[in-house]
Amino acid sequence: MSGLEQLYQQIILDHARRRVGAGLKEAEAGHAWGESHQHNPICGDEIRLRVETDGNTIARISWEGNGCSISMASASALVELAQGEDRGTFTDMLEEFRETMRSRGTREGDEELLGDAAAFSGVSRFPARVKCAMLAWVAAEGALLAAAPGDAA
Amino acid sequence: MVPVLPAPTTTRNAVPALDDAEVLRIRNDFPILSRDINGAPLVYLDSGATSQKPQCVLEAEQHFYERYNAAVHRGAHSLAVEATDVFEDARETVARFVNAGADELVWTSNATEALNLVAYSFSNASAGRGGAAAERFRLGPGDEIVVTELEHHANLIPWQELAFRTGATLRYIPVSADGALRMDLAADIVGPRTRVLAFAHVSNVLGTLNDVGALVALARSVGALTVLDACQSVPHLPVDVKALDVDFLAFSGHKMLGPTGIGALYGRRELLNAMPPFLTGGSMITTVTMERAEFLPAPTRFEAGTQRISQAVALAAAASYLSEIGMDRIAAWEEHLGQRMAAGLAQLPGIRLLGPPAGTGRIGTATIEVEGVHPHDVGQFLDSRGVAVRVGHHCAQPLHRALGVSASTRASTYLYNTTADVDAFLDAVSGVRGFFGAQA
Repeated sequence: MSGLEQLYQQIILDHARRRVGAGLKEAEAGHAWGESHQHNPICGDEIRLRVETDGNTIARISWEGNGCSISMASASALVELAQGEDRGTFTDMLEEFRETMRSRGTREGDEELLGDAAAFSGVSRFPARVKCAMLAWVAAEGALLAAAPGDAA
Repeated sequence: MVPVLPAPTTTRNAVPALDDAEVLRIRNDFPILSRDINGAPLVYLDSGATSQKPQCVLEAEQHFYERYNAAVHRGAHSLAVEATDVFEDARETVARFVNAGADELVWTSNATEALNLVAYSFSNASAGRGGAAAERFRLGPGDEIVVTELEHHANLIPWQELAFRTGATLRYIPVSADGALRMDLAADIVGPRTRVLAFAHVSNVLGTLNDVGALVALARSVGALTVLDACQSVPHLPVDVKALDVDFLAFSGHKMLGPTGIGALYGRRELLNAMPPFLTGGSMITTVTMERAEFLPAPTRFEAGTQRISQAVALAAAASYLSEIGMDRIAAWEEHLGQRMAAGLAQLPGIRLLGPPAGTGRIGTATIEVEGVHPHDVGQFLDSRGVAVRVGHHCAQPLHRALGVSASTRASTYLYNTTADVDAFLDAVSGVRGFFGAQA
């Protein structure tokens, strides 16, 4: 595979088009929720991401954003992966994803844990694009932190 | 296929125009241009961000350290005297390059610092420094500073901050939806309250030339000072500060084949000598007591601390190299490359060339929007073919907002680019939408 194809795997290009979770949703009654806005000033990538929790479970993630295919695909893969998981599992996923992104190409993400998001492993060879892949994850981490139980509307 | 435009055949001084054969010879002076990138020969189209350096510039910097290195303007030993001579010769060479007097050229770290120097000096004047001579630089509530909507952040934020500090109002000449300066509105914006008019000679995003003559005439008619950001013109066009009739002009070294870490501010002699200093400290004073200091005349007044000596020497070598080839020939060649890019891009579906339509003066720069593909992805795809371009907002967020895009892809040429470089760029761009599945 060429460097370019390692970066833009078909799974990533598909997610960039599908954009699972795109379109910010009003939180459902009974859900606690939190939101985070992340911006990469270098390239202008931007995402506003909302996490709704039901007890310890991530009930729904919705987002709106604007950016390169890596950042948009990463948000899409994240939603598909994290929705329905509990907080603890999400934290494990986030740590695995972050470690993989920081690895400069020396680590393949665990496919069991990361699902489609493991396809982003090749991004870690392109240090200038790691921030793009991390954008939605950082937003989700922040939103989840803000979604403290008891915030339910 | 790219339609082939005729190359320019003659220039003003009847020296034969540049052509691919001569550009290939010029390229031999630039060691980095023989590099491969991602398995393909480097096609460097990011000179708008920074230019590559010819061997003579690299050698000038090394030669300085091997032969002349010493502190300038201090110390009486022979080496210090020689270093000072070399440093001041460099100033004269670079001043001559833009037709300024040597005492009208202040070294700065870059163009950003040059523009900040003017803004901070006015700020210091506004705080009462500089005595009666600095009266004309004092700003306060009711005064207006005018910029344009297409400025690089470096010629916008220093003026925003100056306005905040002094209570003056910042106004701007807007651009139309295609990025052309709204000259029809300029006369309503530049008025009796205008004290400073700061604008770019050439847009760093679009490569388009602004009408300096008209804007300077407007400023003069209301007694406002003019500050020209010439970062994208001095490297690419013959620039004559006297003919442009501006009060201040800023440019950077690294965009004109020189090293990083050096830029210059031209200022009219009588203005520079009336302005209070910006950075203060060693080398810029006459008498210092524990209470106060007296300052040297310009340009030394604005050159506090140890100067960028080797960089100045290398920048002078760059200016000489450019002069030897001829700025009018370089400008004509880049215009040719720019037209070839524009014509080739017009043939590609889903590619929009940003900026006013053909007919507007432009340096050899093409900035595009690729329908359905983010610029970051465009740049990555081009990079995989060895084509280096700039993606992002190019430090001009307000202009991008006006153009209705968040970011763009910019290909900028220089004297070392061939028509083959342009064709490699066009060929790579033609593959972008297919790769990302954006083709209908």
